[in-house]
Amino acid sequence: MALQDKDRIFLNLYGQDDWKLAGARRRGIWDNTKDILAKGRDAIVNEIKASDLRGRGGAGFPTGLKWSFMPKASDGRPAYLVVNADESEPGTCKDREIMRFDPHTLVEGCLVAGFAMGCTAAYIYIRGEFPLECKNLQTAIDEAYAAGLIGKNACGSGYDYDVFLHRGAGAYICGEETALIESLEGKKGQPRLKPPFPAACGLYGCPSTVNNVETIAVTPTIMRRGAAWFGALGRPKNTGTKLFCISGHVNKPCNVEEEMGIPLKELIERHAGGVRGGWDNLLAIIPGGASVPLLPKSICDEVLMDFDSLRAVTSGLGTAAVIVMDKSTDLIEAIARLSHFYMHESCGQCTPCREGTGWMYRIMQRFVRGDGKSAEIDMLQDITKQVEGHTICALGDAAAWPIQGLIRHFRPVIEERMSQYALRRAAE
Amino acid sequence: MSAAATNDDFVQPTSFAFSEANLAEAKKHIAKYPKGRQASAVMPLLWLAQYQEGWVSRVAMDVIAEMLEMAPIRVYEVATFYTMYNLKPVGKHLVQICRTTPCWLRGSDGLTEMCKKKLGVDLHGTSADGKFTIMEVECLGACVNAPMVQINDDFYEDLTPETLAKVLDELAAGRQPKIGPQVDRLNSAPEGGMTTLKDVAKGAGQ
Repeated sequence: MALQDKDRIFLNLYGQDDWKLAGARRRGIWDNTKDILAKGRDAIVNEIKASDLRGRGGAGFPTGLKWSFMPKASDGRPAYLVVNADESEPGTCKDREIMRFDPHTLVEGCLVAGFAMGCTAAYIYIRGEFPLECKNLQTAIDEAYAAGLIGKNACGSGYDYDVFLHRGAGAYICGEETALIESLEGKKGQPRLKPPFPAACGLYGCPSTVNNVETIAVTPTIMRRGAAWFGALGRPKNTGTKLFCISGHVNKPCNVEEEMGIPLKELIERHAGGVRGGWDNLLAIIPGGASVPLLPKSICDEVLMDFDSLRAVTSGLGTAAVIVMDKSTDLIEAIARLSHFYMHESCGQCTPCREGTGWMYRIMQRFVRGDGKSAEIDMLQDITKQVEGHTICALGDAAAWPIQGLIRHFRPVIEERMSQYALRRAAE
Repeated sequence: MSAAATNDDFVQPTSFAFSEANLAEAKKHIAKYPKGRQASAVMPLLWLAQYQEGWVSRVAMDVIAEMLEMAPIRVYEVATFYTMYNLKPVGKHLVQICRTTPCWLRGSDGLTEMCKKKLGVDLHGTSADGKFTIMEVECLGACVNAPMVQINDDFYEDLTPETLAKVLDELAAGRQPKIGPQVDRLNSAPEGGMTTLKDVAKGAGQ
């Protein structure tokens, strides 16, 4: 059974209603926020833990647990909440909707989450390509200050809390939490070695937690409606609702909020008008944004959309960005495009990624033409394995996985192209 | 890695100053960050300079370095690392065509071809009248409204070569075309009507 409207969190997903404070209040945002804060830090963290909320930015780390890593008492340093609004995983466009059409969910979430972690301020790092979203979010922040919801004595709670917006300027790598912190400090966005983790030493050397926009935006609703409500949606350890972005070869691409664990096929048929040319015209789907391996139709037929179900088929939920490819798709080119993306976005710090992403792209380009030998497929696989796990951050892994997925499921397609190419060359 | 803009046929100005309004805006940005952490404001200040001049010149970076008490090289590093800072002049309308897989699947190549032909330029080129610069960029984050382009600050979505050509014509004529989806559709809702949130009474659900 599909998610019912009464259980949705983002009620203005499509911008059909007023996104400013008046509209937000009408939709129940900023309702009794003071009472939520009055429960105290531990109660909020425990409630989020009990809800089994997992981070919505891709990795799916338990949010309550992450929050509990922050120091209980300050050693004199301030603590910060850093919101990752650098949404740039190809296929993903969900945080954009929150920021332009329901920005108060995020601003309220910043207060609740930041209070729960003893933070003095939140810095929201928004990607540079979102000027409109930046404007709306800043308007919402200004409205919240003017209404006493944040700032001194936020919501009349006696707690002082600031929310600041910081605009990036085009760098996918800044979605990596320590690169984001570097960027926020006014430097190139190059990831830091961990440990130390941000909870011990993050922004300006202070305890910090970096959370995705959607993660933060859902927390006030969880606090209002209870962990039991949230936990009853979805499947065990994969709870709640989730924003899905359905793009590519479907009849009606869209964003939609659905229950975690919805079957992939049902998600596409119910909301996106089905695959172009019908379900049987499906070739493959990338289920969680560019970084996760693609799935052939046979797996798509049955798979459920949640962290653990997709991990079980060697892919991932990632950001829940579903990229659909029908039988007309040149899959090698589709993945080569992603290889180009990672080559372009590598920050250049670690050699395996800086050089490897270029190697992988150039080999993929040859494979698009069919210019290669079967043994080179193994060589490419080997290169991906030498990049994966050998870099400071996960961008190297993310560059490797789409290619590994292609080889795992569609090796015969690559080989077929190579033999056709060889035949053409022989005929010339 | 993305390569920073190379030196071309253009003249670096010898002076730069923020306008009074932008100077006030810059101070607001600097105030967001803790004392002694003013270097954090380098990105917002580069943005302000770019909005004021259309691009970021060397001397603008030097002025920003001085304002933020940073070594100039630190500012150059930032300006060259992030792809959205234009380090050379661009046309009045900067057309950025998304080329990544979700847009490519829905025909972004056709948009690029049309732009090249219509404007008579190659990628990164500026049309003879100085009105348009075109480039291909990586994912702009509007994938369910693919294919799409960003022109200056605005997203134009659900495009075909024909509808993008119309948008360019409007801009060339000095008019503001409709921003967002170029088909009959409410933002990122499915075409033909929403499948959810149809019965949400105001205030329900929370």
